[in-house]
Amino acid sequence: MRAPVSDLPLTLADAKVRGGQTTILDVSLTFSAGPPTILIGPNGSGKTTLLRAAMGLIPVDGGRITWGGREVAPPDRRAIVFQRPVMLRRSAAGNLRYALAAADIPRAQHAARTAELLALVGLEPLADRPARRLSGGEQQRLALARALARDPDLLFLDEPTASLDPAATKQIEDLIATIAARGVKVVMSTHDLGQARRLAGDIVLMHRGRIVEQASAREFFAAPKTNEAHRFVAGELLV
Amino acid sequence: MSGDTSALQLVLTGDPVLFAIVRLSLIVSLTAVLLATLIGVPAGAALALTRFRGREAIIVALNAAMGLPPVVVGLAVFLLLSRSGPLGSFGLLFTPAAMVIAQTILVTPILAALARQTIEDYWVEYREELAAMDIGPAGRVATLIWDARFSLVTALLAGFGRAAAEVGAIIVVGGNIDGFTRTMTTAIALETSKGDLPLAIGLGIVLLGIVVAINALAWGARRAGERLAG
Repeated sequence: MRAPVSDLPLTLADAKVRGGQTTILDVSLTFSAGPPTILIGPNGSGKTTLLRAAMGLIPVDGGRITWGGREVAPPDRRAIVFQRPVMLRRSAAGNLRYALAAADIPRAQHAARTAELLALVGLEPLADRPARRLSGGEQQRLALARALARDPDLLFLDEPTASLDPAATKQIEDLIATIAARGVKVVMSTHDLGQARRLAGDIVLMHRGRIVEQASAREFFAAPKTNEAHRFVAGELLV
Repeated sequence: MSGDTSALQLVLTGDPVLFAIVRLSLIVSLTAVLLATLIGVPAGAALALTRFRGREAIIVALNAAMGLPPVVVGLAVFLLLSRSGPLGSFGLLFTPAAMVIAQTILVTPILAALARQTIEDYWVEYREELAAMDIGPAGRVATLIWDARFSLVTALLAGFGRAAAEVGAIIVVGGNIDGFTRTMTTAIALETSKGDLPLAIGLGIVLLGIVVAINALAWGARRAGERLAG
């Protein structure tokens, strides 16, 4: 069983990720318990790189990252849903059982936890359907359930509604709100400003690998402080 | 009576000599494919997932080994198992076991090379997802082999095709001894040279039938599996 320690707060201190000669990320940031933090910014601004580094999937070349004060921490209490999650070649329920086993949840609890997670994401009728045969929205919901199998206190979502229609997007947003209300810290990237308004507790605007502005959602949208934020909120293209 | 009719009669009447030969052929080739799978697939998976100095050279050697000439493998195994060879004391030369060893050596590189390629493609797709779930090295190999299982069936068929069709290696190490190490391919070679065409043709028909049947079976299993597992 996992140790009952938290991965919060997550702190990135002068964390740098280099790609070849160029620094693609250089940020200092802390994620604490609370409502969702939404990362916004143009393509290539470093949102995905930040999520991956914060998850511990890519090493930092400078500075450091700590999870709950620990510098080296296996991903026990955090989980990530990628923009295009990979569905394992098994049923929807099979994907969840796999994630539960990976999280060292005792086998005796698998059936009950699987049913609970499928119910949470509204996929009980599709439990036995091959995961790869599910629609885009259903796959995304299954990916969320799979991430929750780890019982994370920190959940990273990389543009979870990027290729979904409004109905599927609404389902995912409702789900994210439910997950956040259960006390899971959600850190999520999006290109959709409306979505950021609907879900965010606070906003981090990124541009060219750096944090341009960080504020509560209310402040950010009502009175952006920087020129970039002002332009971004006004719908201008940041390039 | 034409040769073809006699051959068909042998097949249809269940000629005991013919079926003893068929039985041994299947036992030898299927055992070799099973052993090659147990060695080659995990080895291919490990090679797909690891990066080390000389890895590229191993991949090139493995790919080249898919085309190992059977008679050369037969000769090498013969030298190993012959009375004066390093493994001569086991007394395996001219036994079905020697034939299994030779065919395992022929088939293992095919399974390892094809498994390496297939699993590496899956690894590119799965890598971050498995890392995020904190899956260890053994778990990764098991997951990738399981998820690539339908593609790996094709590799298994290629391996079986190689084993069932080859004659060069088993004739050298098995000796084509009547009733003991005679298989379909060695018998066809011998009977053709002796001029007993009905038996040769009968064996040819059975061999083709078995290869087609096994491929059809595997294809059906693959389709059914894909329907159930996605």
